[in-house]
Formats: sequence, C-alpha cells, structure tokens
Amino acid sequence: MDTKEIKSKFPIFKNKVNGKQLVYLDSANSSQKPKTVIDRISKFYSKEFSNVGRSVHSLAVTATNRFEETRDLMKKYINAKYREEIIFTKNATEAINLVASTYGEKFIESGDEILITELEHHANYVPWHFIREKKGAIIKFAKCNDKGEVDIDEIKKLITNKTKIIAITHISNVTGAIMPIKKIVDLASQKKIPVLVDGCQGAPHVKVDMQELGCDFYAISCHKMYGPTGVGILYAKKKWVDALPPYQGGGGMIEEVKKNNITFPGSPTKFEAGTLQTAEVVGFSESIKFIKDVGIKNIMKHEKEILEYGLEKIKKNNSVKIIGEPKNRGSIISFTIKGIHPHDIATILDEDGVAIRAGHHCCQILHDKMGLAASARASLGIYNSKEDIDILSNAIKKCNKIFNN
Amino acid sequence: MDIKELYQEIILDHGKNPRNKNICKDFNKDAKGHNPLCGDKVHIYLKLDNEKKLENISFEGEGCAISMASASIMTEIIKGKQFNIAKKIQEDFLNMIKEGSKLNMNSLTDTENMTMMSLSGVKRFPMRVKCATLAWHTFIEAVEGNKKIVNTEN
Repeated sequence: MDTKEIKSKFPIFKNKVNGKQLVYLDSANSSQKPKTVIDRISKFYSKEFSNVGRSVHSLAVTATNRFEETRDLMKKYINAKYREEIIFTKNATEAINLVASTYGEKFIESGDEILITELEHHANYVPWHFIREKKGAIIKFAKCNDKGEVDIDEIKKLITNKTKIIAITHISNVTGAIMPIKKIVDLASQKKIPVLVDGCQGAPHVKVDMQELGCDFYAISCHKMYGPTGVGILYAKKKWVDALPPYQGGGGMIEEVKKNNITFPGSPTKFEAGTLQTAEVVGFSESIKFIKDVGIKNIMKHEKEILEYGLEKIKKNNSVKIIGEPKNRGSIISFTIKGIHPHDIATILDEDGVAIRAGHHCCQILHDKMGLAASARASLGIYNSKEDIDILSNAIKKCNKIFNN
Repeated sequence: MDIKELYQEIILDHGKNPRNKNICKDFNKDAKGHNPLCGDKVHIYLKLDNEKKLENISFEGEGCAISMASASIMTEIIKGKQFNIAKKIQEDFLNMIKEGSKLNMNSLTDTENMTMMSLSGVKRFPMRVKCATLAWHTFIEAVEGNKKIVNTEN
C-alpha cells in the first residue's frame, strides 16, 4: 500500500502540528476525512441543498435522492437484505440507545437478563443500565481474560432462559480483541436471543457482512469510517424494524396525526424523527466509495502489517507494557509506560506531532478490572505507515528520557 | 517553548515524590476533586484551627505528574498559613495558570515563588490546565464549600 498516496487524499496531513508532521494515531476515536468527503459536503450545500423527504420542489427531490442513495450504498456495503434495515442516527451511541430503548421497552421485563461483556464501551453499557433501572432488569458481564479477550465459553455460561439480549462489541477499543461474532450469534440463535453488535471498531477496519455475521443489530459510527461527524447507522434485521415501536417522536416519522390518535409508517421513516444530518449523510456516501476503492481486504492487510510492525517495535522498549494479547487483534495498541501517567505521555507525544488518546477510552469497567485509571492508546487507520510507528516509538523514548526512567 | 519547560525538574520531583501525600490524622475538613475527562482524583485533608490557620494539610489521589505535583506543591506552600492568605495564593496561582499573570505575592518566600512558578508552563497546554488547578479548587471547597466534591466538568 502506498501510504504517501493515501495520505495525499486527506487534506489534514498537509498541516503541521506543533511544527511537526502529523502522525495521527487516534482513528479509533475518530478518523480523518478524505478530500472527496469534504468536497461532497461543500458541493451539496452549494448546489443541491434542501430538506429531504418533505417538499416537492426540484431541490427537495434531488436532496432526497442523494440522501437515500447513501442508504442504498450502505445496504450494499454491509450486505443487508432490505433498505428498511438501514436506519440513520446521529452516532453509534444513538443507534444502541434506539435498540435499548425500543426493544427494552417492549421485550424486557423485571428480572430479565441483558448479557454484555467487560470489554464494552460505555455506549454499550449505559443505555442498558437505563433499562435495568427502568425495568428492574439484570445486566450480566461476560468476563474478560488476561489476554484482553472474552472467551465464548464465558458467554455460553451466562446465557439463561431469562437472557433477553446479548450486546457485544465487535472489536474492543482498548485491547483490540476481535470477538467471534458469528459463533456468538450461532449460540444465541439456539435460544432465539437477539444479538446486538457495537460495530464502531469493526466497520472501518474489517469486512462486515450482515448475512455472514447473522446478528440482529449492528451499530456503526460513520465518523470512524472516514466519514463526517453526526452520522451513525443502525442495521436492524427486518423482523425487528417491523416489531419495534418508534424511538423519538416528531416530524417526518408519522403516517397520520389526529387529536386522539397517531399512526406511524414503517422503517426507516418511523425511526428517523425530525430533520436529519442531511449533508453529512450525503457526504458519507463518499466515505463508502473511498473504502470500496481502496478495498476492505487491502485495508485489513495493510493495517495488520502496520499493527504487527508496531507491536514488535514498541515491545522492544522494556518500560512499555502493552495491554492485552488477544489472538485476533484489530488495529489498536493500548499501552502504559512504567512511572509515567498516560496524560503525560499524550502531552509529550503531541509535542512531536503524534496524536494518541489517553484516558479510560470510555471503558471504565475494563480499566478497573486491569487495575488502571487510564491507558495510552495508539490506533491505526488506512493512512498510517511504518514511518508513523517509528516516530511514535522515538517519541515514547523521549517520555522515558524526560521522566528519567 | 520546549516540552521540558512543562516537565521541569521541580514538577517531576514533586510528581515522583509527592510531599504530604497521606491522610493527616488531625484533619477536620476534607473534600474530593475529580477530573472525569482525565481520571485525575484528589482528596484534600486539612486542619483549620480556631484562628483559621491551616495547621495541617495533606492529600491523597492519583493522576498525571502535573496534577500530583500541583497538589504536592500546594500543600507544601500553604501549610501553616492563615486561610485568607492561602486563598489569595490560590487566586494568584489560578491567574498565573489561566491568564499567564505573574505571581505577585509578598507572603511567599523566593523559593516558594519559584516552586509555584514551575507550574506556569501549564498555561500553554489548555488541556492540562484542569490537571494543575484541581487540587487548588478542592482545597477551597474543603474549607468553604457545601458539597465537598469538586468536579472539573460541572
């Protein structure tokens, strides 16, 4: 992969950070955007903008078509069966909240169990906590092992007749563990338990095929897929979009409104209340095209190569401890340095133009389990090169030098 | 400015070997401070006597070098001082970190002035200002506050 060429497609890399070339290693947090995506948003506002799905004038028709084209592109990209299965939300967090709220309201009762894991991002725990509070449900946590992965037997052990949903991450945003989704879905389907997958770290980095994975719900963060902020996608199987009640109420999601009754249309309309992030959704179509042009297989191959190079290089520094050692690892390296707090690491790295994340990465349960208040995380995107890793590695040595360890 | 101006020897020393990091047994006031974005936590314990003198002050907590050094430096400097003077030092410190104003305290020795000044580099790192100010806000909360909890995001 020619990362120079890839980088040239992202205007941000033309800028210096603290006078240094930008080494962006925070893609698990949010990815950078290709020029095509930025230009598409600008073009949409300059030439095609109107609200979608409401007016009958020409601009509205064009805008609606462009907006819906993204839905079709995404349907195809993740191999969903029906376009009704693709629901636009403001982010993946809202996608999970939509399911927790509507499914929880309709199908979860007092004493029922929600099965999640210790690896979950707060976005796949807090919404279920609300249902726990509201319905008197129980949340069970499948344990994470020393390697930073959740063994399928741990999940199997916790499934009971009371389990109403299994909500799991596709790839841990801390340890990088790739979960065996297909196996978990097979296990769950024997008991007819729906599976929700938090796909934030999955969709940008690995092949996601809804027919292959077989999950009931898959939440996607578009801004992590080289797309604009403000867009998330919920994939929900047809049977669920039909069965679940609307999420938020408002304009655009109704069929008929009377003083004594309101009726609702089918999906996706009933789940998309109010004016959506129109330009961003249209802009996201270019992200899908970008990923398709590069090819997900090439992305996987390239990121694996950089990941392995990075792990090897960073391991050589004795003061660094890499968090987790999962058998299948996504493009994430979380680490700690002996005697240096992650925030100090991040500040020192930033001085060299290296952008990493420091904190608990919205995974306090996991950090508590590991006995850490925080960790540093370098996460990869398609634009990262071996040179980026070399710069990271040198910047880490600089931390050692400043702190004399 | 070089990164080493942020991580000066004094700060690294206080970060690694924090002074007064314990629960002082005679405390009669305390408050907790939390920076949820960073995870920095600090718990200030102090003894205020009838004449409003800070007879003792200590802290417990965990966090980055900046937050721990700042807490350590604070306890060292305000221990034994009258609360109204300590409060002026706090205000002066906050102005230095946030506005970049110079310390102008007659009540500080040259060494104390220099120690406080070592944290002035934080101003250039807006994301780290809260790390440096957490202990100082918590100290005021311990004496004057009702909630006894400081949250940098509220």
